[in-house]
Amino acid sequence: MIASPELRAVRAEARRRRRLVLALLSTMVLGVIGLSLCVGHSFVPPGAVIAALTGAADGGEAFTIRVLRAPRAVLACLAGMCFGMGGAAFQTLLRNPLASPDIIGISAGASAAAVWCIVVLGLSGMAVSVAAVTAGLGVAALIYVLAWRGGTAGTRLILVGIGISAMLQSFIAYVLTQAPSWSLLEALRWMTGSLNAAQIDQAMPLAVALAVFGGVLFALRRDLETMRMGDDTAAGLGVAIDRVRAIVICAATALVAFATAAAGPVAFVAFLSGPIAARLAYRGGSILVPAALTGAALVLLADFAGQVLLPTRYPVGIVTGMLGAPYLVLLIVRDNRRGTSL
Amino acid sequence: MSRDRTLSSRPVGVAILIGLLILAGLLSVTFGARVTGWTEIRAGLGGDVRTVGGAAVASRVPRTALAALAGGALGLSGAVMQGITRNPLADPGILGVNAGAALAVVVTLAVGGLVPLEVYLWTAIAGAAVAAIAVYLIAGLGAGGATPLKLALAGAAITAALTSLTTAVVLPRGDIAGLVQSWLVGGVGGATWDRIAPVLPVMAFGAVISLACARKLDTLALGDETAAGMGETVWRARLVAAAGAVALCGAATAACGPIGFVGLVVPHLCRLVFGVSYRWILPTSIASGAALLVVADVAGRIVLRPAELDVGIVTAFLGAPVFIAIVRHRRVSAL
Repeated sequence: MIASPELRAVRAEARRRRRLVLALLSTMVLGVIGLSLCVGHSFVPPGAVIAALTGAADGGEAFTIRVLRAPRAVLACLAGMCFGMGGAAFQTLLRNPLASPDIIGISAGASAAAVWCIVVLGLSGMAVSVAAVTAGLGVAALIYVLAWRGGTAGTRLILVGIGISAMLQSFIAYVLTQAPSWSLLEALRWMTGSLNAAQIDQAMPLAVALAVFGGVLFALRRDLETMRMGDDTAAGLGVAIDRVRAIVICAATALVAFATAAAGPVAFVAFLSGPIAARLAYRGGSILVPAALTGAALVLLADFAGQVLLPTRYPVGIVTGMLGAPYLVLLIVRDNRRGTSL
Repeated sequence: MSRDRTLSSRPVGVAILIGLLILAGLLSVTFGARVTGWTEIRAGLGGDVRTVGGAAVASRVPRTALAALAGGALGLSGAVMQGITRNPLADPGILGVNAGAALAVVVTLAVGGLVPLEVYLWTAIAGAAVAAIAVYLIAGLGAGGATPLKLALAGAAITAALTSLTTAVVLPRGDIAGLVQSWLVGGVGGATWDRIAPVLPVMAFGAVISLACARKLDTLALGDETAAGMGETVWRARLVAAAGAVALCGAATAACGPIGFVGLVVPHLCRLVFGVSYRWILPTSIASGAALLVVADVAGRIVLRPAELDVGIVTAFLGAPVFIAIVRHRRVSAL
């Protein structure tokens, strides 16, 4: 099939815009990482930051950079990418910007398990992560099974997820009432998503998860884009919709659950990244990579704002939550008026 | 045929409902950390608190009353919301109305400290009203109006946003965190008549308005255009009924904390037994909601004895499966 010159021009324009947006987003992510390495409780000049990172410097400043700020920035970046990509995959698959994992119960499943481990069993570290990921996947499977009636429908999946989510939220609230007062604030902080206890060895599992499950999603990006046109159309175009849907749900859930295990369910990042990326870049290409970069930029910026710009030191989830609430209203109002999704 | 059966079984259903309510009340004063006998119940109900059993019974009476009142209010409120939105999934919890009331109360608590209950009551109602309007506007904009899916999603999203804000208020205030957290679960434990008295007039007001709207809701159920054709001013009918529903669930939340799913489950049960007319659903929802919440409270006292499970948790675990069952087995666009 030979495309007309006009069509080719439009496609070239779309590609150009896409590359521009990707470059801009990457620059922004790197820029905020640099900023959050330099600026904190004290200012460290860029030269000293580089010296500390390469191991050329020692002392208090180097400790601040290497042990406090660098792990935090790396973790923020990775978690943001996982949330952004996982969220966008869900939104695309279910064809609804509101159907992000933090609203349909996936994050709630991971959080419930993690809070239970922290407060009741007194666990920490790796065990909490494993429990969160397992529970996230378990809840996703439960939602999928409960929504199954000779095939899943997006609507049913979302609604079942909301029901499960409400139940889990209530369970979380109950576990928090059992928390002794010294760990309640810690648990609350974790519940909103926080990078306060970031350590560099948390980054490795997250990076692996991003590579594996992000890779799976990336490989399926064309099928995912086709499914945007509706299940029947996608099936007609040769997409094995039930298989693709199952794989995408598993991979996206794993991304979100790993990120939740590392940083807590950072409010609304999974929900916001996709639509923002779509506004910036979407002209027919896959939304996954722009969404991942947007997620990283969001978490980094919000954490930076929470640490430095606000009067009280808020955890990152509070900042994203406060950003998210008005944007949510805006998004729903606009999209509903237009009558489209994402 | 089926119509006849419904008509003849309605009085029986009402009788059974009243029986259940009385039974639930008896169970509620009997069971707890200490199980009381018949003589102790009689002594306690008569105001004789010289024995431990009598005192236990006497302290369970206001608790039972609060559970019954809140359950009735939530059940009625849910029924009205389902009628207004013509949405089988409407419930003060699912639609984010409880979360609005909760945020308002938590802000009051953080700013004003221990202010009189009346203040909480009015802030809770204001918060509930704002959240209800926001959710309905958000979901109702655009093509297709407020479909069940859009309403449920808008409610869930607003709940997430409001919860996030609530945490933002609580986090810098370690001193009130425990208090807020135990309130946010939703329970009727430790109820006193002093806590019940201020919400009574508001609940009564909401109930009167809601019950008066039964005929309007029946008309709305025919669809907006038909309702308009029958001479109903659709938006005004919705607004008046919504005012009643918001007053009811705001008052219940102010007294007990956010309790979900009662408003969802109860109207569906009533619809199954008493048919689709709101003139039957609304009053029976009050009685069923009261019985359900009292029984849920008793269950919460029994499962973890001698500790207690707050009634908000019990209703969530009873209600969420019902919600999922409705989603699975009905065409959710119907109603």
